[in-house]
Amino acid sequence: MKKKGWLLMLASVMVLTLVLSGCGAKNKETDPATGGSAPKSDLKVGLVTDLGSVNDKSFNQSAWEGLQKLRDEKGVSVKYMEPKKDAEIIPNLNQFVKGGYDLTWATGFTMMDPVKQIAGENPNAKLAIIDAEVQAPNVASVLFQEHEGSFLVGVIAGLTTKTNKLGFVGGLELPVIKRFEVGFRAGVEAVNPEAAKNLKVIYTADFSRVDKGKSAASTIYEGGADIIFHASGMTGNGVFNEAKERKQRGENVWVIGVDMDQSLTFGDEITLTSMIKRVDNAVIEISKQLEGDKFPAGKTTYMGLKEKGVDIAPTSTKNVAPEVLEKVEEYRTKIINGEIKVPSE
Amino acid sequence: MTAQHDIVLELKGLTKRFPGIVANDSIDLQLRKGEILALLGENGAGKSTLMNMVFGLYQPDEGEIWINGQPVSMDTPSKAIELGIGMVHQHFKLVPPFTVTENIVLGMETKKGLAIDLKSSAQRIQELSDRYNLNIKPHAVVDTISVGMQQRVEIMKILYRGADILIFDEPTAVLTPQEITELLAILKGLAAEGKSIIIITHKLKEIMEIADRCTVIRRGKVIDTLEVATASPEALAERMVGRNVSLHVDKEAAQPGERLLEVKDLHVKDSSGQDMLRGVNFDIRAGEIVGIAGVDGNGQSELIEALTGMMKIESGSIRLEGKEMANLSPRTVSERGVGHIPQDRHKHGLVLDFTVSENSVLKSYYNSPMSKLGILQESNIRKEAERFIESYDIRTPGTEVLARSLSGGNQQKIIIAREIEANPKFLIAAQPTRGLDVGAISFVHKQLIAERDAGKAVLLVSFELDEILDVADRILVIFNGQIVGETTPSATNEQKLGLMMAGKLGGESSNG
Amino acid sequence: MAKLKSLMNVFRQESIWISIISIFLGLLIGAIVMLIGGYEPILAYQSMIEKIVGNPYDIGETIRSIMPLILTGLAVAVAFRGGMFNIGVEGQIVMGSIGALFVGYFLDLPPVLHAIVAIVVGAIFGGLWGMLVAWLKTSRGINEVVTCIMLNWSALYISHIVVRMFMMEEGTARSKLIQDSASIEIPFLIQWFDGARIHWGFIITMLLLVGYSFYMNKTKWGYELRAVGSSKHAAHYAGISVNKTIHRTFFISGMMGGLVGTFEILGVFKYLAIAPTTSGLGFDGIAVALLGMNTAIGILLAAALFGALMYGSQGMSFGADVPGEVIRMVVSIIIFFAAAPGMLRVLFKLRRSTRRKEVSARGNDSVSH
Repeated sequence: MKKKGWLLMLASVMVLTLVLSGCGAKNKETDPATGGSAPKSDLKVGLVTDLGSVNDKSFNQSAWEGLQKLRDEKGVSVKYMEPKKDAEIIPNLNQFVKGGYDLTWATGFTMMDPVKQIAGENPNAKLAIIDAEVQAPNVASVLFQEHEGSFLVGVIAGLTTKTNKLGFVGGLELPVIKRFEVGFRAGVEAVNPEAAKNLKVIYTADFSRVDKGKSAASTIYEGGADIIFHASGMTGNGVFNEAKERKQRGENVWVIGVDMDQSLTFGDEITLTSMIKRVDNAVIEISKQLEGDKFPAGKTTYMGLKEKGVDIAPTSTKNVAPEVLEKVEEYRTKIINGEIKVPSE
Repeated sequence: MTAQHDIVLELKGLTKRFPGIVANDSIDLQLRKGEILALLGENGAGKSTLMNMVFGLYQPDEGEIWINGQPVSMDTPSKAIELGIGMVHQHFKLVPPFTVTENIVLGMETKKGLAIDLKSSAQRIQELSDRYNLNIKPHAVVDTISVGMQQRVEIMKILYRGADILIFDEPTAVLTPQEITELLAILKGLAAEGKSIIIITHKLKEIMEIADRCTVIRRGKVIDTLEVATASPEALAERMVGRNVSLHVDKEAAQPGERLLEVKDLHVKDSSGQDMLRGVNFDIRAGEIVGIAGVDGNGQSELIEALTGMMKIESGSIRLEGKEMANLSPRTVSERGVGHIPQDRHKHGLVLDFTVSENSVLKSYYNSPMSKLGILQESNIRKEAERFIESYDIRTPGTEVLARSLSGGNQQKIIIAREIEANPKFLIAAQPTRGLDVGAISFVHKQLIAERDAGKAVLLVSFELDEILDVADRILVIFNGQIVGETTPSATNEQKLGLMMAGKLGGESSNG
Repeated sequence: MAKLKSLMNVFRQESIWISIISIFLGLLIGAIVMLIGGYEPILAYQSMIEKIVGNPYDIGETIRSIMPLILTGLAVAVAFRGGMFNIGVEGQIVMGSIGALFVGYFLDLPPVLHAIVAIVVGAIFGGLWGMLVAWLKTSRGINEVVTCIMLNWSALYISHIVVRMFMMEEGTARSKLIQDSASIEIPFLIQWFDGARIHWGFIITMLLLVGYSFYMNKTKWGYELRAVGSSKHAAHYAGISVNKTIHRTFFISGMMGGLVGTFEILGVFKYLAIAPTTSGLGFDGIAVALLGMNTAIGILLAAALFGALMYGSQGMSFGADVPGEVIRMVVSIIIFFAAAPGMLRVLFKLRRSTRRKEVSARGNDSVSH
């Protein structure tokens, strides 16, 4: 009796599968990627994320959003792959390269070696990498002038702090992260030399340990600082958590976010502003250059304030005083003009 | 009873085959209302298989089961319970952290809305307990109650489910003598209340005491069914093993030779630092069996473990043939010629998940001819196992079956074969017949005596006074970590020994 | 011949069929999950299979991802057979890679010899790291699970320190590359497989698989290991040194872990990255060992299933646009079903089916064998 029941269920599951498979196929047709209404292009662009996902609320997501925009505007076919282990990065890059994609993006510093290898093995393929410089005739490298954006948030921090003490939390002590710190320090220095002297810097040696970010933030806040700028990926979530707890206890502390507008994730009651990297812009701009055969292969593109590669978050108006923002604009102009040269190391 | 009996359970031509063996061969059996029927047979005779079919755990290959005059198909234990059959297994199936009541109602909880109504269940259990004299405390936690009480909880479990036919699988194997007396009284009470009982056992004494009839099974077949009132224990034993068995141990007087083992002022502490042996002195000569009598927990285990190197001693000396062997490793002790039939065959004597072959060489696997250059010589190992099986009559489907799957008696035979065939100078036998049937017991005793007669020194540790009195040449009584008395079987009896064991009477020459 | 026959017997056993049915059921339920999410299961599975065996490159990479799983499966299985739980394979992998990296980077040796020394040192590093767990267990009585987990992190941070102190590549988050003489790549096979990273570790892994079976069943050390694993008391009674056996067990187990790290360094990456977490391969090994029921053939099959699913699942994203979260869910479902044939047994009440007699007879058979 019972056995028959199970067989029946098994059978109905199978039928269901078949029926729904049909529905699934229908779904596919309404997919904008293959839909007929959007403009059409033969270009195919792929993205291999860093060890993270396209929902990481950071540069992987930003890069994917760029590609999606490209798809909607130009009808380019886009796809992403998310490696889960280091060893999967190369096969994922190969998937696009060997699959005849016109361009393969790799987001992140850790992709440097794999990109270099694949570029060497496939001289006819085009690749692009963000946050690292790969010397190869068929790779376009994109470096952001994080120090320029960090300078601006440094100005904000220097003018906003009440205690004249500030903090910086970094992930691994890499050149790219160092740029954040140095630019930030220069920005503070420009408007508030005393606070620049009292800048406490902690590197957590980790981009994914919330607990470490929390304890680093706690150390800095205990030391009397009221604003922390972080450049530490997921680790930074801990900085936000610590700030939130302190805010709830009535302490007047702030966090400056990084990469994307983090006030959207962590709320504007603790997020003073964010130093945003417009990875999406970079991805769009460089991918577009495929069409006119102007693809900057073998070159490094620097995305600074001028190129709109870095900026402060648009929501900064909420917590930053208007006179401070005015100052920011002043410095922005100076940097773009070349009046001020922001140090990067 | 007259010829007009109500048959509550009838088995007709029940047959069960396992690969390579016919476990039950066309078994016919009748159980009458209100009687106690003993199912007697050696280990491996097929008693448990038969009862497992009655209880729905196995399906018969042939034959029928009739209950109250109706043929039934017994395909699950729940069906059996539905039909009023209950079984108390040898190993209890209780949840230790649960209370007695929770254990009993487990699986058939009375519900009050969503909550389980334990209160009314406890009440009912109390009533049943009073009625059948089970003396159960419904709110006690199973973890904390004695083995005897746990067994009564098992009985209660089936009574609570309304069983009229009660099957007991070797119920006394795990009980103390006093608990056995209590249990037998309860069984009689149950029968008097109209319950019909089948008791699987190989203890003749118990059958004589409580059973009305006795069905004897041998090698899967019913040999005979006897009215217990008119049968003698010898007759039952003979039918069970298929030949004349003497229930008494025949042996010549011992001819002790040189002093082989010498234990002096032995002190041992257990892991928690408690003194377990406090100055034990004794010696054993070649060609004698020395029995250690005592109530469990008075230092017997520690004495054995110290002698075999399994436990470190605090002070004192253990000399074998004049050579010190205290605190040597178990392997060295064994290589010096000490054999050890351990008290707990499941914990120590066998690796249950090893095959019969592997267990046969548990102490010799590492040397030639069992292994060469670190590689096990499988054919030599198998031959050794075959030799044991042959000469010790171990009933097993083969050498490559797991020791776990053999009956207790056959497991014990593997150990005895292994330890005796290693040809030790000194053999320690701890509780060597625990859980064995009559035939096997007499076999073990004969082996021990043969070892003695071959000039070995034998130390027999047992909680069964019968055994000590029958087999030992000299008896030492251990109490509270000391030897409190020494005597001989001819100079003492159960009563006197019992008093000595309780520390109330010294022996004729006390050296403790 | 007899060996082959007994090998084939595995497939005749009920359990194998149950496993296959389980995997099939897992695929089916995974399909339903995808349908609910609005993705096409048939296309997704097709893409997955294509990704696994579609072309030489993917076949090669699938094999490459199966290999470490076999080793971690063996590592966990060795400890299981010895009655212990090695959840510290992660750390042993890291230690193995440190050992191999040191030899590969600092020593100057002729090609083949260099690789051999690096492999041996990597294995020993892993083995000693494993033995540390055993030593803490036998001398201090600390449960191995606790020490294993702590030592995983210790190993990771040691790797950070070591790389930073001795061989950091400027401007990166990784060590310098090993010398070419220490590489264990197999150039002609790499060419064959269109660039897939095939290395000598594959051959060694296969030999270890056979060696594992031999060691466990045919040697006296394997006998001791199994005896301690099934019953410490009986082993002690039999004169087996329980502590020594525990040390040896963890050394062997750690060596297998160490080899995973070694092969990844010498054959796949050529460098050690400063990673925020360990690889996770050691944890996958637990599932492989359990699924493979600690037998050599079982571990091989389980690792193949695992590795192929994990590698192939990337194809589902590429070929059918299934997002990573759904893929991970589907893979977990398949593995869950593969690991729970017992559950299926209950569902179908096989024991009470019409084949009742046969099955119960065979069931009994399996109990006694």
